[in-house]
Amino acid sequence: MKITVNNAEHVFEGDKSMPVLWYVRDELGLMGTKYGCGTGLCGACTVHVDGMAVHGCTTSMEAVAGKKVTTIEGLSEDGNHPVQQAWREQNVPQCGFCQTGQIMQAAALLAENPNPTDQEILDNMAGNICRCGCYQRIISAVRQASTGA
Amino acid sequence: MLHQIEKFAEQSKTVPAAAIDSVISNASRRGVLKGLGGFVLALHLLPAGRAGAFPAYETFGPGMPNGVVNDPHIFVAIAPDGEVTIIAHRSEMGTGSRTTLPMVIADEMEADWDRVTVKQAEGDEPKYGNQDTDGSRSLRHHIQPAREIGAAMRHMLKQAAAKQWGVKIDEVEAVGHQVIHKSLGSRVGYGDLAEAAMALKTPPRDVLQFKDEKEFRYIGKGTVPIVDLHDITTGKAVYGSDVRLPGTRVAVIARPPVVGATIKSIDDSAAKAIAGVETIMHLPITPLGSKFKPLGGVAVIAENTWAAIQGRDALKIEWDRGEHGTFETRAYEAELRASTAEPGTSVRNQGNADAALKDAAKVLTYEYYQPHMAHAPMEPPTALANYADGKCEIWAPVQSPYVARTDTAEYLGMDAKDVTVNVTLLGGAFGRKSKADFATEAAFLAKQVGGPVRVQWTREDDIRHSYYHTSSVERIDIGLDSDKRVTAWRHRSAAPSFLSTFTEDKGVQHEIEIGMGLENLPYEISNVSAEQCPAFAHTRVGWFRSVSNIPRAFAVQSATAELAHELGRDQKEFLLEIIGPPRILDAKTAGLPGKFWNQYEPEKEFPFETGRLSGVVRLVAQKAGWGKSLPKGEALGIAAHRSFVSYIAMVVHAKVEKGIVRVPEVHVAVDCGFAANPERVRSQMQGACVFGMTAALYSGISFDNGEVQESNFHDYEMVRADNFPELVHTYIVPHSFEVHATGVGEPGVPPFAPALANAIFNATGRRIRNLPIGDQLKA
Repeated sequence: MKITVNNAEHVFEGDKSMPVLWYVRDELGLMGTKYGCGTGLCGACTVHVDGMAVHGCTTSMEAVAGKKVTTIEGLSEDGNHPVQQAWREQNVPQCGFCQTGQIMQAAALLAENPNPTDQEILDNMAGNICRCGCYQRIISAVRQASTGA
Repeated sequence: MLHQIEKFAEQSKTVPAAAIDSVISNASRRGVLKGLGGFVLALHLLPAGRAGAFPAYETFGPGMPNGVVNDPHIFVAIAPDGEVTIIAHRSEMGTGSRTTLPMVIADEMEADWDRVTVKQAEGDEPKYGNQDTDGSRSLRHHIQPAREIGAAMRHMLKQAAAKQWGVKIDEVEAVGHQVIHKSLGSRVGYGDLAEAAMALKTPPRDVLQFKDEKEFRYIGKGTVPIVDLHDITTGKAVYGSDVRLPGTRVAVIARPPVVGATIKSIDDSAAKAIAGVETIMHLPITPLGSKFKPLGGVAVIAENTWAAIQGRDALKIEWDRGEHGTFETRAYEAELRASTAEPGTSVRNQGNADAALKDAAKVLTYEYYQPHMAHAPMEPPTALANYADGKCEIWAPVQSPYVARTDTAEYLGMDAKDVTVNVTLLGGAFGRKSKADFATEAAFLAKQVGGPVRVQWTREDDIRHSYYHTSSVERIDIGLDSDKRVTAWRHRSAAPSFLSTFTEDKGVQHEIEIGMGLENLPYEISNVSAEQCPAFAHTRVGWFRSVSNIPRAFAVQSATAELAHELGRDQKEFLLEIIGPPRILDAKTAGLPGKFWNQYEPEKEFPFETGRLSGVVRLVAQKAGWGKSLPKGEALGIAAHRSFVSYIAMVVHAKVEKGIVRVPEVHVAVDCGFAANPERVRSQMQGACVFGMTAALYSGISFDNGEVQESNFHDYEMVRADNFPELVHTYIVPHSFEVHATGVGEPGVPPFAPALANAIFNATGRRIRNLPIGDQLKA
């Protein structure tokens, strides 16, 4: 099958049930997408498939055949996507492990809904766990990326 | 923490005081620096009267294994182009020490932070000094050596410039990455001085000139972002699971469901049939008390992670559960309660609490319970190891890389010099990654395979094979006289000790656990007793962020509020009254057989000052608007606790609706001495509130037939963005450098649960004594 990852086309001939998470990490060496739970419960593996945020750990290769997958490495060319910038300005991360998933989730939300309400932000980010507890800054950063303030 | 427990396990009952014998001792005399060529300043206590802008003070740092190293030759390198490299020898798990300590060095050496690169040290304590990143000690033990490294480096750069210009050193100044001579109008950059400066001997501390606090560029400002910020936000940051070598194989392991369980039968045919699975290997089973040795089990080794996970899940293993195979949480809770019903072993005996309770007009008895908890860092345990030519190299997210190295060497029957441990970023740790069983697993398998093996724990593995936070019953009996004055406070604790992970379980707690809020009640009461009651472990028990302070603060601060209610008093006013007037807690007056444990810190430098505890209570109450009226179902609750020699008070605003607890706001007052990086103090407090709320609302590991029942985030839940402490306000008590910096990684957690429980009581009249809260308020 063919799959496009960060605008590069790849051919995959392995186990079709392999989650996209392990494909991008083990086969493509894209390490920004993280394993946290393997069951779609924590969001550390969030990637975009045709622009939509999905859990890389529960999305099989079969499900993305012919589609466009974007990982954190492909979110922006220079690492300066407005969400990434807001994340830095708010000094969001502690350990940082979950943050790429958080950023991918936030970027998909804002692409679809550029001006979410506070409640929409909270609801949309609730699938992404941060054990360090950076939520207050995560919410501020999403808001900043949305409104510029 | 780790090393002290090891010492205890080796039957050395007391930790010797730090050997403070000179201004600078050349560690090479101790023979630990062979071949390194550095001149190591192992310790730095100045004789009285020779102190400069920053008088030396004693900490337990030098008492830690391999002590403290403060030589710029070890920690600083300057390239000819002026680029400065500073070594971070502590592990970064989210607290910010990898940024803050190098930042302190850079500031004191007048380096431009934009021209500094931070490099992570490998596990090598003889070279870098102690690297055990736990106990909230990175700042407490290392801010002083960091300033010394920076000041020594600045001195050497000035010396080199003065020599070049043929002038005296006191004619030159080091400012902003260069040395200048004002009257000559000469200036030379650090890069041009590097070679000459580094060839100089490290100056003794008494010639060092430290910056005045108002000269700090970065220290105390909170303006320096963490060094990994850009990499984290672009996915380039390297964690334990992100390192690959050519030909790396992945191992996922089936571990015994009960510690020490052995294999009765195994059918691995289905596992072998999975495409990509290459080998099945057995690891020897270890019983409880095997320290950080792998649990053992069956490893499925595959060409990729997915195949290894599927292979492991396809193993059919019948286990012989062994001696802990009947462990059951409800029965164990009853056992702990029964244990505290009887007198235990006294750890503090001030006055005569038993007699005062007998004579009391009224006795109030409160019992608080907490089950085992798992750390659940976002990055499950993982490590990569390679084995070639008799040498083993590991890349792992470990809190104590040197212990990982020596433990692994011992497990493999190798010399520690043939094992290297490279420290990656830690995707959370919370104490779990002090125990490097996962790194040893990878090394063992790499040696068997003869090539690189990456061990990946699944989330289920992490939840089911942790080193769990202790489970405890804390029982408090309070005596009142006929005038409703408090005459006695007796605290009994039954909790399995982490000693059981290191040595034969005698059912007793270690001095560290006793020292965390059992022996050091800071209340002004005439008769105080503290006892530890027997409790035996049936699973691996280990430290977890804030350790025994969590159940102790929950019990003591809940009981204080319960008592205030009983007496018809305001919780905050009563808390201040029972703490009493400002004083230094004195072990003898408190009825201790010896000293307070006090994180092993010298009491002269880090005394328990009750005035600082009252201070944070007053500050937080004032900031929170304590006493303000709130809508029905909402209320404030307060709690205060000193842990890791930092003082924290919290006011939690709780809102309870249909049994669901929400926390719109938390106010936190922090007295951590001099705050080197206020921005990270704030982030740690925000994190502590989330971590504390998860523990209070959800965290409980339950056992049935010896097996952990929870497995992933659906049944071991975490606080999420749809219900978290929404606004955390942190107030840092301002101090000059003279009030010693103490850590903040852990102390924010303990006051959260009691402040929340007290707020819930004030909002609903329902008293929470058993954690987690779970569905209790829905009934």
